[in-house]
Amino acid sequence: LAHGGGGRAMARLIDALIRPAFADAELDRRHDGALLALDGPAAFTTDSYVVRPLVFPGGDIGTLAVHGTVNDLAMCGARPRYLSVGLILEEGLPLAVLRRVVASMGAAATASGVRLVTGDTKVVERGKADGLFINTAGIGQVVAPVPVGPAGVEPGDAVILSGDIGRHGMAIMAAREGFGFETVIESDCAPLAEAVLALFAAGVTVHCLRDLTRGGLASALVEIAEAAGRAIGIDEAAIPVADHVLAACELLGLDPLQVANEGRFVAFVPGAEAERALGALRCHAPASGAVVIGAVKEAPAGEVTCRGALGVERIIDMLSGEQLPRIC
Amino acid sequence: MKHDALPTDPAAMAAVARWRLTVRGTVQGVGFRPFVYREATARGLAGWVRNSPAGVIIEVEGDAAALAALRDAIRRTPPANARITALEVRDLAPRGAAGFRIATSEAGGPRSLQLLPDLATCERCLAELLDPNDRRYRYPFINCIDCGPRYSIIEDLPYDRSRTAMRHFPLCAACRAEYHDPANRRFHAEPNACPACGPRLALWEAAGAVLARDDDALVGAAQAIREGRIVAVKGLGGFHLVADARDVAAVARLRARKRRPDKPFAVMFPSLAAIQACCDVSPAAETLLLSAARPIVLLPYRGGPIAPAVAPGNPRLGALLPYTPLHHLLLRELGFPVVATSGNLGGEPIVTDETLALQRLSGLADAFLVHDRPIVRPLDDSLAQLVGGAPQLLRHARGHAPTSLPVAGVRAGLLAGGGHLKTSVALTRETDVVLGAHLGDLESAEACRAHAAALADLVRLLDATPRLAVGDDHPGYASRRTLERTGLPRVTVPHHLAHVAACLAEHGRAPPALGVAWDGTGLGPDGTIWGGEFLRVSGSGWRRIARLRPFPLPGGEAAVREPRRAALGLLYAAYGERALGMTDLTPLAAFAPGERTILGTLLARGVNAPPTSSMGRLFDACAALLGLQQRSSFEGQAAMRLEWAAGPGTPGAAYAFPLREAAEGAVAELDWRPALDALLADIRAGVDIGVIADAWHRGLAAAIVAAAEHAGERTVVLSGGCFQNTFLTEVAVAALRAGGFEPLWHRRIPPNDGGLALGQAVWAGWMEHAGESPCA
Ligand SMILES: [Fe+3]
Ligand SMILES: [Mg+2]
Ligand SMILES: [Zn+2]
Ligand SMILES: [Zn+2]
Repeated sequence: LAHGGGGRAMARLIDALIRPAFADAELDRRHDGALLALDGPAAFTTDSYVVRPLVFPGGDIGTLAVHGTVNDLAMCGARPRYLSVGLILEEGLPLAVLRRVVASMGAAATASGVRLVTGDTKVVERGKADGLFINTAGIGQVVAPVPVGPAGVEPGDAVILSGDIGRHGMAIMAAREGFGFETVIESDCAPLAEAVLALFAAGVTVHCLRDLTRGGLASALVEIAEAAGRAIGIDEAAIPVADHVLAACELLGLDPLQVANEGRFVAFVPGAEAERALGALRCHAPASGAVVIGAVKEAPAGEVTCRGALGVERIIDMLSGEQLPRIC
Repeated sequence: MKHDALPTDPAAMAAVARWRLTVRGTVQGVGFRPFVYREATARGLAGWVRNSPAGVIIEVEGDAAALAALRDAIRRTPPANARITALEVRDLAPRGAAGFRIATSEAGGPRSLQLLPDLATCERCLAELLDPNDRRYRYPFINCIDCGPRYSIIEDLPYDRSRTAMRHFPLCAACRAEYHDPANRRFHAEPNACPACGPRLALWEAAGAVLARDDDALVGAAQAIREGRIVAVKGLGGFHLVADARDVAAVARLRARKRRPDKPFAVMFPSLAAIQACCDVSPAAETLLLSAARPIVLLPYRGGPIAPAVAPGNPRLGALLPYTPLHHLLLRELGFPVVATSGNLGGEPIVTDETLALQRLSGLADAFLVHDRPIVRPLDDSLAQLVGGAPQLLRHARGHAPTSLPVAGVRAGLLAGGGHLKTSVALTRETDVVLGAHLGDLESAEACRAHAAALADLVRLLDATPRLAVGDDHPGYASRRTLERTGLPRVTVPHHLAHVAACLAEHGRAPPALGVAWDGTGLGPDGTIWGGEFLRVSGSGWRRIARLRPFPLPGGEAAVREPRRAALGLLYAAYGERALGMTDLTPLAAFAPGERTILGTLLARGVNAPPTSSMGRLFDACAALLGLQQRSSFEGQAAMRLEWAAGPGTPGAAYAFPLREAAEGAVAELDWRPALDALLADIRAGVDIGVIADAWHRGLAAAIVAAAEHAGERTVVLSGGCFQNTFLTEVAVAALRAGGFEPLWHRRIPPNDGGLALGQAVWAGWMEHAGESPCA
């Protein structure tokens, strides 16, 4: 790839490679912006994606860039509708990689039921970027009857986890560092909107939603407990972790609770509605393994505990930089 | 106070004087007032004695020579458990007082007095306990002014029954008479009780239903233990889980239920003779076993009736003697040794409340022997060993806590929270620092709550106003969170500096000194994991003058649990990729080929492989290389195996650990590489493990001397968990003395992280005094 500046070369790149991949009438209008129709309250979010490597088992930076933003909209209790895409390409990026990434984005958008309606592409000199960066912004239509968020969390709420944890972070690490695990770990990267919307469709009172990205389950729960001013207790035995992921975590000395995910979320719903929520979630592939992992308690504010073997509770902390041994 | 007419006879006037004596130290709850009463009345002196928050106050008048004799008696022959830190005498005008009395305690005012630890049953009480004609025959709560519960029942100060857990038990007429009779040895024995008025026993089945009461409960519990069941026994500072120590199946069941595969259990024996029958008991060990604190003492085990699973593969046995009347009765009833391990779930604090015990220990115990005297604060058994023939405390708890150490140059109000494992708390006062009891590891939410409670308890009990919370640098330590929640301004003291300060403070010393701080892991101010440190401390600060040459720990904390990883990291640091092929070495062979490759990548890429200068991890690596331990299920397991391997009679030529001078401004390094080369050569040559282990320890002792010479400090402090290794400490002490240095090592304060709180408080205090920031 050697398409500095703007002009013809860039136009050819976009026409030949990017626009077909995204295949949207709004893009085809070749206008400065998209004209959209929305009714009712909307959710709006943006995120930038800089993951290395660009391609990993179970996905690539393109899938992440679509799912990440779509999932953030879903966590607001919104149906994702429109996405913008900003690509920053480094001179020298193999065209094959670019082709794959934009194809993934198109496919991911289709799978998520979202339209890529506006975009921008820049090529920068070699050394000014690391291969490829993507920014996406998304607009969704709010379907939650009341705002979802930590403020809605109440004692007695069930904590539902949508599936097994740790696969994305371990897949990325294995691909980046070249760890040759016996069983290849695939990222859990997936669109979560359909599963989340099913909760609302089933009439579940959803108090809070949070996708588990960086910092893993531990960080998500601590953030929610702190913001809600409540305590959360989870049960170690209830948290699904695939055997090969667990083995990899043990070998590398990592805590699966702190490993990143890209297709997992937690939902806080009234305890009495937990079964109904599970029923709704399990109909959708990325949440087919949904389980209740714990419950919200009144106090102490901000404390997350995990009940392990013998019923001993340990305190779960947010990941702060590198994990350093504490045992003296 | 009576104000009688002044005597008119001029001769009598000349001879009569009035003194006010203030006695500070451990002077309450030890029979001090009756002692003063007896001494004063015997000399025909008039006046009064009373407890105050500052200590014991005596105003006494009479013949000047008799006054001096009383003062000398107080100084020279105080009650057995008293410890006087100060005796002040002030001259007052005589008032012509008559008679001597014990006055009511005075509450309020500054509290400088010492809290008294719990005391083992005395000989006289034991004799009564076993005397069928005594009214307290077989009464499991008998005590007197010389023995019984103290710290475990104190709710507030000054020490009076109304401010202890005994306030729930109104004295009967007989007990009341004893309590008020200055000539009785139960005069003001605050926990005084008898079967008519005091606490009672009950035996509960696993669901809490009462099976028996009083003596029947005791007999029933003994029967259950005899039948191989596990009984949770509420003792002095908490519950024990008790099982027949000879019964292989019972011990195996206890291990399975506690999920504690290897960590040794303590064994309570019915008598000293029973211990002597299977352990080597030196005169010093005997004194320690029989001391009022009655700690668990680690003794060489010769062999005998104890099931091997009590202390698997361990040449030492943790033995203790009964220390309450309840334990005396139970062990007499049984006549055989029992495992007596803390009644808790792994990682949780010892359970003190019988209702809570039913819930927390339900899966562990088959029955509960309980009583209705509340335990005010949890106290585990203290643990001690002998180093160079002298006692060293490894766990500062029942019978020892709280400890007050006089420290100069430290202001009051520094509240220290300790580390993460083996935590304790400390508080500075005007003239001393008080170290609370061992709290255990802050790995569970319950332990974190106990830690917060202990901080609050110390402050309240000592009526202190803390100004500053002092903690460790490590952001992941749970103690840090507790300190944050105190709302106090906070400072941190580097982990290894706190170790060094603790040892100095224990000996009543101050900088300058060379601190040799060797332990498992602690966060250094540079953000890396330290643990093999040589720190020069002065009155105004400190400097790291040397460290162990760093090596990586593949998998971070996983390397603490798996010594084979420390070995791999060490070999990798020495030999690079070549290390991965050294599968003739046990730790390398202990990995599957795929694991080895991945860990190799981890090391090459530096992912979760933090470099460390930890001496503890170097010991782990050596133990793994010698095939002694590849995985540890408790702290220090591998290092202990290496220590035991270096038995007497296997002197090896010391391995070389040269101290490499660094460039200007950089830190010198203790290089393990020549020792590693020699070690591998010896392993491959089939040299006896004992010889290798010996050469290892002696090499490190020589390295300490070299570092001391390099530092040019006469005083050398040995602190940190590595100096729980008696062999290392003994050879290091001998080598330092031979080199003309003055070695200081831990005696009363644990060398492990149990001493951190003390060190934190003292170092922060010293730096405050010097006008320095504690972290400077
Ligand atoms: Fe330490
Ligand atoms: Mg995001
Ligand atoms: Zn006694
Ligand atoms: Zn009585």
